[in-house]
Amino acid sequence: MALILNEEQTMVRDNARAFLADKAPIAHLRKLRDARDAEGFSRALWKAFAEMGFCGVLVPEALGGSGLGYVEAGVIMEEIGRNLTPSPFLSTALVSATALLRDGNSARNGELLPKLAAGDLLVALAVDERTKHAPSAIALKAERSGNGFALTGDKCFVVDGHVADLFIVAARSAGAPGETDGLTLFLVDAKAKGVEIERTIMVDAHNAARIRFDRVQVDADAVIGEVDRGWPVLEAALNVGRAAVAAELTGLGEEAFGRTLAYLKERKQFGQPIGSFQALQHRAAHTFTELEITQAAVLKALQMLDTDFERAAMFVSVAKARAGASATLAVQEAVQMHGGIGMTDEFDIGFFMKRARVGQELFGDVGFHADRLARLHNY
Amino acid sequence: MSDLEKFRSETRAWLAANCPPDMRLPLEDDDDRFWGGRNAKFKSDGQRLWFERMVARGWTVPEWPKEYGGGALSREDGKILRAEMRKLGCRSPLDSFGIWMLGPALLRYGTDAQKREYLPQIARGEIRWCQGYSEPNSGSDLASLATRAEDRGDHFLVNGQKIWTSYANEADWIFCLVRTDPAAPKHLGISFILFDMKTPGVSTKPILLISGMSPFCETFFDDVPVPKANVVGELNKGWEVAKYLLMHEREMISAIGLGAGRPLGQVAADSVGTEAGVLADTCLRADIARLEIDAVAFQLALERTGDRLKAKQANPAISSMLKYYGAELNKRRHELVMSAGGSEALEWESERSRHGERARGWLRTKGNSIEGGTSEVQLNVIAKRILELPGA
Repeated sequence: MALILNEEQTMVRDNARAFLADKAPIAHLRKLRDARDAEGFSRALWKAFAEMGFCGVLVPEALGGSGLGYVEAGVIMEEIGRNLTPSPFLSTALVSATALLRDGNSARNGELLPKLAAGDLLVALAVDERTKHAPSAIALKAERSGNGFALTGDKCFVVDGHVADLFIVAARSAGAPGETDGLTLFLVDAKAKGVEIERTIMVDAHNAARIRFDRVQVDADAVIGEVDRGWPVLEAALNVGRAAVAAELTGLGEEAFGRTLAYLKERKQFGQPIGSFQALQHRAAHTFTELEITQAAVLKALQMLDTDFERAAMFVSVAKARAGASATLAVQEAVQMHGGIGMTDEFDIGFFMKRARVGQELFGDVGFHADRLARLHNY
Repeated sequence: MSDLEKFRSETRAWLAANCPPDMRLPLEDDDDRFWGGRNAKFKSDGQRLWFERMVARGWTVPEWPKEYGGGALSREDGKILRAEMRKLGCRSPLDSFGIWMLGPALLRYGTDAQKREYLPQIARGEIRWCQGYSEPNSGSDLASLATRAEDRGDHFLVNGQKIWTSYANEADWIFCLVRTDPAAPKHLGISFILFDMKTPGVSTKPILLISGMSPFCETFFDDVPVPKANVVGELNKGWEVAKYLLMHEREMISAIGLGAGRPLGQVAADSVGTEAGVLADTCLRADIARLEIDAVAFQLALERTGDRLKAKQANPAISSMLKYYGAELNKRRHELVMSAGGSEALEWESERSRHGERARGWLRTKGNSIEGGTSEVQLNVIAKRILELPGA
């Protein structure tokens, strides 16, 4: 398969680009932040996402979705990255939808996915428990209780956790932290007894929460995948999240770089555009190179999710690690090359730096994915 | 089965049946490469068989037209062939500046007679070519070159000196940039000519490098007569040909970014050992993993660039980006090869170290970011031609 977008994918990108630039540019994020909006995203925008077919991008057409693939989902993420648009697209439409689709419970999917595609249901994945992403270390306890299980433990960095209707909770039903066996995924109502949600306003003004589960009772049919064997579904959902964040960081990095490049051509010092100085030209050319190399890795990871899902892990780690590193370079150079104005809150470039930092941590940073790649290659 | 899948399975079967086992092992040193030419010698029967079979199929130059000795494959089929060769570990049957550099320039700028004369020789590995570009006073500022070709009626008379001419002492012919109009502005007085290295007046002198090897030469021209028919492209418009060829040279050099031989993680495991299944040296492990991430991404970027150029979605100057990145990547890789090898990799003369193979290879890579245009020149090209920054 050629490593370029096909016609349909290009169309999806162009539509998303025009739509987001119009409805949700950076001013949209700034407004939500400054208003200290209770939800941190716009329900009206989310409805518009549904009308565009974004909410159900992965959901089969028979269930009211668009029935598109991960490349299409990725190009939408890229445009979200360019505009720093806050929305439950990542948590609900990509990560959670993947977990449900991989599980394949048709009765449950028949009920939930049409609502999800219509923009009427928000679902968040609760996986992290520590300061750094380490899914195999999950310790939140799932103990047999009554007809099902009782969940006890804490989750953090739950993206959109403060607005979700349902959580997909990764819990330990057997084994010890550090083992991938013994994990089970549960679908939990956010309003269930014993669920305590604390919204955590993050540096990037996007949305996350800490969630405490105190003997939360769930039925046996709340299990996604198999009891004690939740790892494959969790990995599937995480891999999609990783590739999606990589795509977001790609768009973010390119936009930050594009703005910097324009500034280099326009800003004058010593009587000439600062972009005529070789010290800056070489750094710009280097940043461009890093971003270009990343683009190829991200597109490949998305294509692999579409065509060879089980073999995608290595490419996903390469994409996430590359995207984290090159977006970080792009935003650091952006602030430095903008000079003093880049340090002001009034100017938008700082928003890119903040979101890139969050994207770097989300679902594993460069170090996590370097370690994962080394393990995949037996060293 | 689609046509592409059919081609893939046929190719896989043919390679499995025809690539000798010893031609599927990683290269052990530079001697394992086959460069062809009048004085070529095969190192093994396997090497000869592999070369002859690939020549017969036109697969030394899979995407060239059949009439010039090529395999007439589409780009997609060519990609499949390369991927299947990689999977099986097949060595290149023929390494050649004719294939990587001159051939593409001749296909674009050569006359019919030139194409018929030179391309089949290149495809069959009969003539080994070298490149006469750099001069002692013309490195990054290549267009300032001073080697001159005077018009003597029915022929040119070439005088001057080239430097860093790779394998000039083993080459049969040279493609060479010469000044044919000293009065014109520097880019407009250059021509691209071809001549036999056996012509009277041509001499070469190998240059000893920091690796202790001499892959490069000084090349001297003293009243060398060259037929006028040997100009490629128009007279005084050789810079255009030179730049086009440089793009291919940059692609060739960027390919070294892909690396060769055993995976670095395994090399390091043999050297520093493992604990609980991971490299005992955790800092080295992290460095290797970071390099591998970049190497995988780089390979994908090479592939994507080819796809984009074909779809006319990329700026041709993108080859500078690949050359820059590939060269720097290879230097990083060899720093890690040395680091993984520790004191053993420092041995220079022992049999154990294969006569300092790792150290010599490491030192050789330092030239990657100098040859074919320095990394700084590539960054200049990106800044000017792609980013369109002012005054670059």
